[in-house]
Amino acid sequence: MTDPISPDFLVPPTRRQLLTMIGKAGGAAALYQAMTVFGHAAESQFSGPPKLSGAKPGSTVLVLGAGLAGMLSAYELTKAGYKVQILEFQGRTGGRNYTVRGGDTINELGSTQNVTFAPGNYLNPGPWRIPYHHRTVLHYCKELGVELEHFAQMNFNTFAHNKAAYGGKPQRYRDLYVDYKGHVAELLAKSLNAGALDTTVTAEDKAKLLEAMKDWGVLDKNMAYTKGVKVGEQRGWDRPPGGGVNGAPIPGEVGNLSDTLSTKVWQEIGFYAEHVMQTTMFQPKGGMDHIGKAFAAKVGNLVRVNTRVTKIAQDASGVTVDWTDAKTGAAGQSHADWLVCTIPATVLGQLDIQVSDAKKAAIRALPYGNSVKIGLEMKRRFWETDYAIYGGHSFTDQDISLISYPTGNWFGDGPAVLLGAYPFGIGAYRLAGMSPEKRIAAALDQGSVFHPAEYKAEYLSGATVAWSRMPWILGCCATWTEESRDKHYQDLVSMEGRIVLAGEHCSYYGCWQEGALLSSLDAITRLHQRASAA
Amino acid sequence: MVRKQKFGLLALAAMTLVATATLSDPGFAQDRGGPKSDAAAGDSGKEVFEQICAACHMADAKGGGDVGARVPALAGNKNLANKDYPIIILLKGRGGMPWFTDILTKQQIAAVITYVRGHFNDYKDPVTVADIDRIGSTNPPVPDCNCGH
Repeated sequence: MTDPISPDFLVPPTRRQLLTMIGKAGGAAALYQAMTVFGHAAESQFSGPPKLSGAKPGSTVLVLGAGLAGMLSAYELTKAGYKVQILEFQGRTGGRNYTVRGGDTINELGSTQNVTFAPGNYLNPGPWRIPYHHRTVLHYCKELGVELEHFAQMNFNTFAHNKAAYGGKPQRYRDLYVDYKGHVAELLAKSLNAGALDTTVTAEDKAKLLEAMKDWGVLDKNMAYTKGVKVGEQRGWDRPPGGGVNGAPIPGEVGNLSDTLSTKVWQEIGFYAEHVMQTTMFQPKGGMDHIGKAFAAKVGNLVRVNTRVTKIAQDASGVTVDWTDAKTGAAGQSHADWLVCTIPATVLGQLDIQVSDAKKAAIRALPYGNSVKIGLEMKRRFWETDYAIYGGHSFTDQDISLISYPTGNWFGDGPAVLLGAYPFGIGAYRLAGMSPEKRIAAALDQGSVFHPAEYKAEYLSGATVAWSRMPWILGCCATWTEESRDKHYQDLVSMEGRIVLAGEHCSYYGCWQEGALLSSLDAITRLHQRASAA
Repeated sequence: MVRKQKFGLLALAAMTLVATATLSDPGFAQDRGGPKSDAAAGDSGKEVFEQICAACHMADAKGGGDVGARVPALAGNKNLANKDYPIIILLKGRGGMPWFTDILTKQQIAAVITYVRGHFNDYKDPVTVADIDRIGSTNPPVPDCNCGH
């Protein structure tokens, strides 16, 4: 792909040549547009780091919040020549980019936990997986040297549990998936053969559909979904293939239509089909907070921790932020030319900030969803040794929503941590309302449905975070509706005077680090344009 | 999607449907644990309080946090003297607190407000489904707040 520009103007330019020309003529935005048309970049709005430069000498920026959005702002603005300071509410950097390990303390409203996980074990209470198309996160991981490993998202050998299906007995996802498409294929084939769709599909398409249903649903010669060797090749076996005299496999029974529908397995199939849930997925080796730590290695010296903002004001000459030092109680004030505010809306809505009524209304119209995570450290990896489950999720309609098996250190000896709960909605409220001890006990009760003999017997210790009780955010992440987007989104993200907001709440990638980073890049690009024009 | 909500009885039902697709089943691209849950909270006011409200307002209803980052107390809260106030907030949300029309029924909303006003405060007059419908149809604005109060 190093074609020289063709000297022959009659020969159409190659795609690469065309993109180079468009990029030179129209800049990155035009290039991105063009790449999207060619199907190159449609996965992401990220078109590379912003390459800001030429800040006016002595220009200063104050960044509120040392999560990923704030630290990325500081990192890129510093490179552009601004003098940056970050004020951070907590005693740590990283925000929701957060990992807890043995020796850590978790302070929720109303409780304190001391985590006792073995060395190397961890829980990511916040973000935990990175889809392949979150190009901004992946770019900065590469740029900052964060080692990524595979995150096992999809695993056919995990379980699905629904209280109203199969007498509450968990089934392997593989079995339900194969049964579901088998029955759907059989029914569609029946409809086609009965002529029910003859006015809808052509004779040619009907023949193709019948062939497709037979292949896709693994139907027998009578176009029925039944027990057999072919189905066994997808669904597994009562006796698996072996060697020698008893080598022949014996297929198992298939599930019937009513049982299959009772599991609502289509929801799980749909879940894995969502763009943000599709493989390949990644995780930082050893804990998600390696991303925050990598940013902190670049800009941590700019951060003032334990600094709780009380007031944000601006005038023609700059911004003034009042704060209180959480350790000493001392009041202080910081000044700068410009401000990037990444304080979550739950807290920002309680502060005195000098912006328009429309922006204040937007900040206060943004409720945060609630979520809970619970890490359960088990004495051994029984899900691997006893169940052949290596990563992935077993879903349930109980409050815990799922248990998720750890990626990494496969086949390892010694204790390992699995994720014992990750609900939003009612399940999350119900668990969050409990003390950490009761929450962990509930997770052990509910998760036992999948591994009844081992779950409680192998349990060592637990750690949990209820986001609604984290004193520095009071929620998990912003919840938008189409209506609130229409009414408030542009007011929230607009730059007003010297102030611009950033964070996942200022993006269409709510609850994802990608949203925080994309929002940050957009905010500082506009800030730099305004500062350069001032 | 409905742009302007007029809170007639039908509109309240419609809003419930609209909201169903949002909080319990988070919106576009949001990370979530898995397939949507059809879990329901208990019916009594006490159960709803313990299973939903206590997640943020704490078991003693005293809230938590510090000035500037606070979950307000429901216990001893003078704003609750006017029963319309909590009804509006449960129907529409305010600040970081979401609306609850998508995960609670009108009966549950009436029951939990009655419980919180009577048990953690001394306002003994019950809140009824008719009160919820009245607020739904008159559609008053959300009271302004310093949301940590």
